[in-house]
Amino acid sequence: MALYNDIVMEHFLNPKNVGEMENPDGTGVYGSPVCGDMMQIQIKVENDVITDAKFKTFGCGSAIASSSMATSMIIGKTVEEALEVTNKQIIDELGGLPPVKVHCSVLADRAIKNAIYDYAQKNGKTYAALEGYDPNADDDEDEHGAVEE
Amino acid sequence: MRNVYLDYSATTPVKDEVLKEMIPYFTEKFGNPSSLYDKGLEAKDAVTHAREQVAALINAEPREVFFTAGGTEADNWAVFGVCDKLKDKGNHIITTKIEHHAMLHSCAFLEKQGYEVTYLDIDKDGRVDLEQLKNSITDKTILISVMMINNEIGTLQPIKEIAEIAKEYKIIFHTDAVQALGNVPIDVKELGVDLMSMSSHKIYGPKGEGALFIRKGLRISNYLHGGAQESGKRAGTENLTGIVGFGKAAELARINFDEHVKHCSSLRDYLVERILNEIPDTVLNGTMDGRHPGNANITFKYIEGESILLLLNQFGISVSTGSACSSKSLEPSHVLTALGVPVEMIHGTVRFTVGDFTTREDIDYVVDSLKNIVTRLRELSPINEKKGW
Repeated sequence: MALYNDIVMEHFLNPKNVGEMENPDGTGVYGSPVCGDMMQIQIKVENDVITDAKFKTFGCGSAIASSSMATSMIIGKTVEEALEVTNKQIIDELGGLPPVKVHCSVLADRAIKNAIYDYAQKNGKTYAALEGYDPNADDDEDEHGAVEE
Repeated sequence: MRNVYLDYSATTPVKDEVLKEMIPYFTEKFGNPSSLYDKGLEAKDAVTHAREQVAALINAEPREVFFTAGGTEADNWAVFGVCDKLKDKGNHIITTKIEHHAMLHSCAFLEKQGYEVTYLDIDKDGRVDLEQLKNSITDKTILISVMMINNEIGTLQPIKEIAEIAKEYKIIFHTDAVQALGNVPIDVKELGVDLMSMSSHKIYGPKGEGALFIRKGLRISNYLHGGAQESGKRAGTENLTGIVGFGKAAELARINFDEHVKHCSSLRDYLVERILNEIPDTVLNGTMDGRHPGNANITFKYIEGESILLLLNQFGISVSTGSACSSKSLEPSHVLTALGVPVEMIHGTVRFTVGDFTTREDIDYVVDSLKNIVTRLRELSPINEKKGW
């Protein structure tokens, strides 16, 4: 009967890692209010390990739940490991999203990559997974309504 | 937990008096109105009575009322019936950008068949411009269709003036009165409409029932083909219980009209006033002047409508939103777009509609819950007044 499953609802109603940092090591923003969802993810990195992540999201229930899940997934991971997180994994951890909401997970995935990209730029780091990466590339468009499962 | 339903424009509960009228027609009075024995005639009488009840609500003659399976069928019948009947006369339809999808998608279908459709704009109050309407008329125009009251922003259109223009140019005028029925006075003779769509479930009647008013003397092609029901104009065994329920609901709407309008508008005004005064960065969409008595359409800046809807649902409150995220198509509301509301604000829009069963305590509970929800979502949002959109 519900629009979302229990895991998604739990992350929507009690989102983890909400907030903004004073001195983040990297900040990533993806989406825009015009599109209906916008996410900001910030990370703290120590010795190449993501020690903390915070998010702020304008968007629907699944966008907020995806932000909460995505930030939870990358805390404790090395930067390299965090770069391997895919939107599919975010969906799986959430126990599935309705097909029209898949793009919310893409948003979270892109916001993470943008935060790491920002960290890499500021600290002169290079990661194989970010080679040729364009933080402004708009691939969300293609994901609207896409069924990935 | 309290349960507060504030989505009366989506649908309404069937009133007890209505249900009571319907029940015998499921069981002992189950006859087919076309049958010639007593059981059939008894059912036929019930349909006749319901037709009189619906006609009385709109000051029509009973023979001008044709029952359909709801507002969508009535809209489809009106547009396709006119287009087929007048296919040798022209191929141009004038309607508005804010019609219900029953009209817009019918027009889109006709465009693929070679028809031309003009979609009128609306001004900042949500009304069509009569000059634009006049200027859009060509010698190929066969139908003007403008909804009486919009379902999202509740704006009442200048129906009488539009009907006069249509008459002047000898063009058939249809109005979708699904949201207007029972909420504003409707006198088809005084308004001068040719065709008018109605729905039962918006006025505390059952779902799956509606009617098309066809002014006497006007001929349009049939839409459903088969038996000779509804004077040979709408085939299919009558939805007896639905028709009986619609009839009773129409009668109650007529009798309780003043009380209903007063009740809804006072609670709606109270809701709007409390929200705009007590929750910062909120905007009312559409004008309060000439509006559906129960409708409030409000943008909550910097947050998104589906999130608001989901959290209100957690408090037992039912509303709807114009946000794209809540629609299956992921398209933001076409009505708010036409009204000129910026897209980022459309995403944060909620429609509340109060009805006969709404109480002042319900409104207080909704506003108090909203304050909590809006604060919570704004804390989550990366956008605020300082940062801008």
